Amino acid sequence: MYELQDVSKCYGATQALHPLSLSLPAGRTTVLLGPSGCGKSTLLRLLNGLLACDTGRVLFDGKPLPTGGDALLAVRRRVGYALQGGGLFPHLTGEENVTLMASHLRWPAAKTRERLDALVELTRFPTDALARYPSQLSGGQRQRVALMRALMLDPDVLLLDEPLGALDPLVRHELQGDLRGIFARLRKTVVLVTHDLAEAGFLGDSILLMREGRVVQQGRLADLEARPADDFVTRFIQAQRPLPGGGPGGEA
Amino acid sequence: MRVWLLVLLLVGACGGAPASGDGAPEVRVGSKKFTESVILGEAAAQLARSTGARVTHRRELGGTTVLWEALRRGELDVYPEYTGTLRQELLSGRHLPDDAALREALAESGLRMSEPLGFNNTYALGMKEAEAARLGIRRISDLRAHPSLRFGFSNEFMDRADGWPALRDSYRLPQRDVRGLDHDLAYRGMESGSLQLTDLYSTDAEIQAYGLRVLEDDLHHFPAYDAVLLYRDDLEARAPEALAAMLRLEGRVSEEDMVKLNARARLERVSEGRVASDFLATALGVTSEVRGDGLAARVWKRTREHLFLVGVSLLAAMALAVPLGVLAARRPRLGRGVLGLTGVIQTVPSLALLVVMIPLLGIGSRPAIAALFLYSLLPIVRNTAAGLAGIPPEVRESAEALGLPARARLWRIELPMAAPSILAGIQTAAVINVGTATLGALVGAGGYGQPILTGIRLDDVRLILEGAVPAAALALLASGLFDAVERVVVPRGLRLGTAVRSTR
Repeated sequence: MYELQDVSKCYGATQALHPLSLSLPAGRTTVLLGPSGCGKSTLLRLLNGLLACDTGRVLFDGKPLPTGGDALLAVRRRVGYALQGGGLFPHLTGEENVTLMASHLRWPAAKTRERLDALVELTRFPTDALARYPSQLSGGQRQRVALMRALMLDPDVLLLDEPLGALDPLVRHELQGDLRGIFARLRKTVVLVTHDLAEAGFLGDSILLMREGRVVQQGRLADLEARPADDFVTRFIQAQRPLPGGGPGGEA
Repeated sequence: MRVWLLVLLLVGACGGAPASGDGAPEVRVGSKKFTESVILGEAAAQLARSTGARVTHRRELGGTTVLWEALRRGELDVYPEYTGTLRQELLSGRHLPDDAALREALAESGLRMSEPLGFNNTYALGMKEAEAARLGIRRISDLRAHPSLRFGFSNEFMDRADGWPALRDSYRLPQRDVRGLDHDLAYRGMESGSLQLTDLYSTDAEIQAYGLRVLEDDLHHFPAYDAVLLYRDDLEARAPEALAAMLRLEGRVSEEDMVKLNARARLERVSEGRVASDFLATALGVTSEVRGDGLAARVWKRTREHLFLVGVSLLAAMALAVPLGVLAARRPRLGRGVLGLTGVIQTVPSLALLVVMIPLLGIGSRPAIAALFLYSLLPIVRNTAAGLAGIPPEVRESAEALGLPARARLWRIELPMAAPSILAGIQTAAVINVGTATLGALVGAGGYGQPILTGIRLDDVRLILEGAVPAAALALLASGLFDAVERVVVPRGLRLGTAVRSTR
């Protein structure tokens, strides 16, 4: 679905992303994993043109990603995007947030309603909460609204930037399960950013472990654990193991 | 640029002069914001009206330059002026030696000057009548024989080059006990006997009130400030009868007359219209009607004028300032320039701004609306820019990532989210405008400023309140109105605020 060729990005003097080439296969979930500031969010934003790369190019569906204009808008409508905290529009109800693009594109009401019903069912969102404003929703509900909004136009790709970042552990756990089910049902190309190793392993078909603007290792979680590419991978994995004495096997 | 033109057109269209109706000629009289000028303006207006002309009297305009410009631009036909003011202030660069030279200079601008009305309102020295009689003092020269007299002069007169220092030198006055003090205190000092002589204007109402004798300026030290009517030379062709009637005032108003008229208006609080009317009846045998509205009618008329000033200027400001605010938020560098410029406008004193507007827009509501419009820009531009800048980046990014075009993002997301801030800016501008619009009376725009101006001039608290109370009420009303508008315009989701935010 995506093909990146020698893509790099600087913010002033900081090289956020060193030249990088990789391909993201269609219908698979790829997780961009790494500590804060490793360039994973930058990489994600290159995929829907929120950022433009300094060098190289991004091919979307075989064609270079447009840099602006209607062509870029058209791509964005095929690429759903949700970020940490949801980024919901506070002046619109949950339903209005989800159907904003449909109403902008003047979908017939019946079509919008049908799609909304399907999404509510998919994300297990309480129907009566659709009329509430973001400030009246819980953190988990906000994230579900953001997911519905990203999926409203039935995009080919779903980009998620730490979608579960700001949630407490129980809600997070519940949503992780739901997300995995949704990804499996929709079979869309998903690119998800997280710094949580377990989440990456649970949701991703493939993991890109990143550090300081470079991809350190790409593969499944088991590969990373079994054959770490370097010392950093080992340390990153160890750092996210349960604390000693914190549970069964902690001391083993 | 196009927006500017639009606003100017709007302002122009709204402030346009009324079209002339039947065949009666139109005469527009002006007067300055002090009592004597208003009385003379009233007298001229009533005389013109007695010939059947349609007469408007723009009273109490804020200063000599305002009237002078308005007359030259043809927005006024006639107003009372003083030869000294013309020579020393308006045409001071020309160094005109006498009235004949003055007439020539005026003719170059298409203006004419009547013969003197009969009194000279210049600096003068005054003493209590009884004391002057006792000491046998009639002329300023007589003071030389009384070196121990106690003098008290207004601070201005003490400091002016042509004031006390020059007077002392030209009359070789020997007095040493000379104090500078506030003018009102000087009158009280005369009353208590601690002062024996002070400076005054030769037609001050106080001359009569305190029983003062004005000493003759036998060496002609003070320049002549002969009262005249200044008028446009096209008036003779347009309204010959009205002009002839007004010129009947020539040589008919003595200093003694003028002191009495001033005293009646200032001290007895008789309306200037009535004072002028009574004078015309006795001096010229002209009977004229004095129109007076009731309190409710006056307040209602001024409310309409005031609302017009505030409403038009605010609407025009909104039309320009909101787009400017959007621009400022989109292009921060340009935005700093825009905010800087509107900020600079805000620091220009209102009176100065009004006067600057007159050569461009004349007198009346137009300059007032233009000034109010300029003052309204800053709060609206700033609040619009701040409201847009305050939108969280993740919300901005979400809107962009959805594939909404920039225009739709602005209308569907950014402006609604900035609405509370924008509205607060408009509210601030409206409340400030209601207050500032009272200054519009200085350029003939009417409104609540008119009674305030008159009240200040006559030291009449009741009149001041007649303008100040409705102005305060209107400011509160405007503020309340915007609170109500906020409930309608600001999306409910924003009004909920963080109070009900739950985290589960």
